[in-house]
Amino acid sequence: MIRLLAAALLGMLALVSPVLAQESVAPAPYAYRQLADPEQEARAKALMITLRCVMCQSQSIADSDAPIAGDMRSEVRQRIARGEDPEHIRQWLIARYGDFVSYTPQVKPITWPLFAAPVVILLLAALLLRGRFARTPPAGEGDRA
Amino acid sequence: MIAELGLAILWMAAALAALQLIAGSLALRPEGRALIGLVRPVAVMQGVLVLVAFAALITLFVTTDLSVKLVADNSHSAKPLIFKIAGTWGNHEGSMLMWVTIMAVAGAVVAVIERRLDEATLIATLAGQAFISLGFYAFLLFASNPFARLAQVPEEGQGLNPLLQDVGLAFHPPTLYIGYVGLSIAFSFAVGALVTRNVGPAFARAMRPWVLGAWIFLTVGITAGSYWAYYTLGWGGWWFWDPVENASLMPWLAATALLHSVSVLSSRDALRTWTVMLGVLAFSMSMVGTFLVRSGILTSVHAFAVDPQRGAFILALLAIDIGGALALFTLRAGTVTEGKRFAFISREAALVFNNVMLCGILGIVLIGTLYPLVTEAYGVKVSVGAPYFNPAAAIFAFPMFAVMTVGPLLRWRKDRLTGERSARTTWPLLVCAGVGLAVFAGVELAARDITILPALGLAIAAALLPASLLPLVGRNLRRTPLPVWGMVLAHAGIAVSLFGMASESAFSVERLAALSVGEARDVGPWTVRLQGIMPVAGPNWTALEATAAASYAGAAPIMLHPKAETFTNPPGTRTESALSTRWNGQLYVVLGEHGADGRWQMRFWWKPFVPLIWIGGAMVALGGLLALAGRVFADLRRFIAKAKIAVRRVDQGR
Repeated sequence: MIRLLAAALLGMLALVSPVLAQESVAPAPYAYRQLADPEQEARAKALMITLRCVMCQSQSIADSDAPIAGDMRSEVRQRIARGEDPEHIRQWLIARYGDFVSYTPQVKPITWPLFAAPVVILLLAALLLRGRFARTPPAGEGDRA
Repeated sequence: MIAELGLAILWMAAALAALQLIAGSLALRPEGRALIGLVRPVAVMQGVLVLVAFAALITLFVTTDLSVKLVADNSHSAKPLIFKIAGTWGNHEGSMLMWVTIMAVAGAVVAVIERRLDEATLIATLAGQAFISLGFYAFLLFASNPFARLAQVPEEGQGLNPLLQDVGLAFHPPTLYIGYVGLSIAFSFAVGALVTRNVGPAFARAMRPWVLGAWIFLTVGITAGSYWAYYTLGWGGWWFWDPVENASLMPWLAATALLHSVSVLSSRDALRTWTVMLGVLAFSMSMVGTFLVRSGILTSVHAFAVDPQRGAFILALLAIDIGGALALFTLRAGTVTEGKRFAFISREAALVFNNVMLCGILGIVLIGTLYPLVTEAYGVKVSVGAPYFNPAAAIFAFPMFAVMTVGPLLRWRKDRLTGERSARTTWPLLVCAGVGLAVFAGVELAARDITILPALGLAIAAALLPASLLPLVGRNLRRTPLPVWGMVLAHAGIAVSLFGMASESAFSVERLAALSVGEARDVGPWTVRLQGIMPVAGPNWTALEATAAASYAGAAPIMLHPKAETFTNPPGTRTESALSTRWNGQLYVVLGEHGADGRWQMRFWWKPFVPLIWIGGAMVALGGLLALAGRVFADLRRFIAKAKIAVRRVDQGR
């Protein structure tokens, strides 16, 4: 909880003081600049919208003003420009920031229930519907199409 | 003085709620008959008192009484009046008081106007409503007193989060709360009908306007909230699968299912248990939503309260209310019969199928929202976002849309799609399906890089829109009842909104640029030129305002003024995007930071057909309003006719 609070505070601090942001070292050249090749930019964008800004609240790095989101955007664009595979970049970021950074849940034992959910719900829905329709149709109803 | 008065009145209202519950429960027994006349007036008085308490809190905010802790923490004397008022519910305590207020006022309205339902069921309903209210009164009075004073009066208040200082947001929470609370009335009706074993068309007709009303407010709230996020967050996103958005979406999904099921029950006397279950589910989702937002369990823009004790309190309320309702349901389920039967091809069957699909989407949203909390308990932090929600929800949404094209054309109880009915239903539907297929093929051929979901969305929207108008074909339009117009409009709205969503995600063009004054950049068919930057000031903010000349395909330029605002109380920044709307889309311009090289960061988006998302949402809400108006007028007419008959009988001396 405390860590979360600290993160939130840091995030707020970064948001409210552009001065601080400008003083931060290592400028991120591609934070607010697109790649020249539209195809590469499209690939970078598709990846960025599935990466979470770890300092923000429920925002992807593709729609955040936080400095760390800018740094991450720049990192992603540069790696895409070097021809790196998007999934590879995602794994690299997960290794650095944890599973939290990826809006696409990774298939692991702890997330199996998440992926089982649609199947289970489908089965439940089928059962529910079957129960409703499998009963005797209204009187005088022989020709169910 | 006002604060103490407000608190005292709140205690009195709570005491009346207790009286309402006790009197209501006793009145249902033969020996308590004498109390039956007490319940309605008590419900009305409770509503009046709590309204006064809420007015007291608003007064404290308007006069910026800084000796009250809530005002000092959330308001500031230099804030514009409208945000002082809106600040009343822009925080935990105030919003809970608003919740209780709406609930008590709604209870009072039920007590005053509801005359069709048998008296016993109505008394049970009001007692149920009092039971839920009591939980929230306890929460307010013991865990979140809005009227608490400060020992030391501060010089100035803390102010309101700049993101919340927006007219759109000022009315966002009340809208959603009215929706949530409307569902609590529906829930109370379900409980009342279970208690008196009276689940039938009369109960459904009494409940229907409340479900419709709640659903309209939820629709408006979600649509407006989405548009607010779109224009203030400054990156062109309009839905984030943020837990707080999901908290409002889940009750909407359940209410949509309930709405349709209630219609079936009231006109066909079918789906009795199913309707009661959905009533319980819809209010459960409102409670889950409140719990998620108010407990501070989520790390999200909306979670202002960070206090686990409160979370535990709401969780306990949720367990008591929902657990109690489910226990009652289990006890009484045997006495509630299923109601009339229907065939596989019938309007009821289509509605049931789509209800189940809506519940499927609801299940996905619920699991996706709660799952990160579960893993966090095991020490693993995961994120669940659009890459999970979109495809998983689509599994249920697309079949639902398909059935939605057919359903309104089918007959009640039993229908067939061959023979003489094929000219009326099958052939027009096949034409619609053909339109959808043609759009799908066109999209896939013209733009190969479009992913499957937006392409399917465009195709289904193209098929659904004409199909949703088919129920009007062959009808005398002047004699078509309002609820039918409402249904057609709402279904068309879904198609329009879906088209907007799919188009936005398929065709948006993004351009990030660093511009010197005088420089221009292309985005899609637009050319945008930065013409100047001016400092401007408001009552509690200063801002840099850009002047940008945007011209569409070489036409005369339109002047746009995006702003980057800086607030001082509390300190914060906000981007105010500038939008230019055309029939075929919207240009979205944002002013970013001043770069070290003297150029200005600017962001441009061309989003084809994006306004259709919210226009569609508005159509859905308007459709609901038409249906509600139709029902209320019909009730009024029946009421007046009855009164006339009664008068005539008296005249004839019978």
